[in-house]
Amino acid sequence: MNGGAMFYGAAIALIIGGIMIAATKRNLIKIIIGLNIMETGVNLLLITTGYISGGTAPIMNKTWTKVVDPIPQALVLTAIVIGIAVTAMALSIVVRIYEKNNSLDIRKIKEMRW
Amino acid sequence: MSSIIIIFVSILVLFMLGATIVAWVTKDLLIAVLSSGAISLIASILYLILQAPDVAITEAAIGAGLTTGIFVYVLKKTERFEK
Amino acid sequence: MIKKVLIILLFVLLGLSLYSVVKYNTFGKDKTVVARHYIDYGMKETGSQNIVTAVVVLYRGFDTLGEVTVLFLAATALGALLHGLRFKSKEKEPSSLIVSTAARYIFPLIILFGTYVFVHGHLTPGGGFPGGVIIASAFLLLFLAYTQKEVSEKTLSLTEGTAGILYVITGLLGLVMLNSFLANFLPKGIPGKLLSAGIIPLIYILIGFKVGAEMTGVLRNLKEEEK
Repeated sequence: MNGGAMFYGAAIALIIGGIMIAATKRNLIKIIIGLNIMETGVNLLLITTGYISGGTAPIMNKTWTKVVDPIPQALVLTAIVIGIAVTAMALSIVVRIYEKNNSLDIRKIKEMRW
Repeated sequence: MSSIIIIFVSILVLFMLGATIVAWVTKDLLIAVLSSGAISLIASILYLILQAPDVAITEAAIGAGLTTGIFVYVLKKTERFEK
Repeated sequence: MIKKVLIILLFVLLGLSLYSVVKYNTFGKDKTVVARHYIDYGMKETGSQNIVTAVVVLYRGFDTLGEVTVLFLAATALGALLHGLRFKSKEKEPSSLIVSTAARYIFPLIILFGTYVFVHGHLTPGGGFPGGVIIASAFLLLFLAYTQKEVSEKTLSLTEGTAGILYVITGLLGLVMLNSFLANFLPKGIPGKLLSAGIIPLIYILIGFKVGAEMTGVLRNLKEEEK
């Protein structure tokens, strides 16, 4: 069996699992954990599309001929750092909400209803 | 890819799916945070198998190190158990 | 009822888009068209052995400047939101003897390793961003072992601000000398030596200092409690 089914299956399972956690749970911190899992899945999907069979890592200490695609790796390097920035900022907002309402349940936060 | 690597990757992917289900079901938020750190660590091993060492170092340092630390500090300031 | 239908429609749409990503990118096929130029001529044009580093700093350097800006914005907003909160300090027991003794010996080694990772960004995998985060992890170990340890906020913001301004000044120097922002104006050197690859070591040292100081500031803001 091709190895690609394992990698693609893992990435898609993480994306769908992360969205399900973020959509069905009521605790604010668990929603942020779900978003974090989904971002890990998206980065795994991006790097899996860049793999070339028989290629090595893109570091040219000897002249290789078959090298893995370096552009998705440069993109994912940026995406991981921005993921942690968004998570840290969301957690500071959660700390403020807890200090005001004394509860982490999104049904009890009355000012956010629309 | 040789079949030994495919079997190894399958076992790691099963651990990753198990960690996702644990993060869904548990009511103790500390266990959910640690499962998220475990998913990042297994993803870092998968990046190394896909010949991407830069991304593996970055994901291990950020996902399994710093994000877990920030979550634990926030859990100390709020509640640990989901009601 | 409408909500359930909408949720099912959303998941069907998501499944279709993910399936199309998987179908048109067969696993392991040679599909590099744009990257062919970077792989063949990357080491000759930039002088760095690590091609991912050359893409991140030189070919797509402006996006890295945007990423540094987003990180700075998130850290500053976190500091502004958590400023002046007053929490009762809960019961804290001091850490055990093993943790506090080991932290004293391991802390300089972790900082040395982080510095090694971002100085050798053009020769080995790694670069500025994981190097800075490793330095922040060393400070996290220190905060966990000695809970009364204070790191002055003025030093952290001074380091972070200076590194950011020097990054922009390096870009402007490239504009003045070679007519394009963030151009490579230092000599390329022999690939494989430490002092080679133009402005890549300079920019990665600045990014390493900036990310390390920023993440330490984030941890310090989250740790603070009223005495």
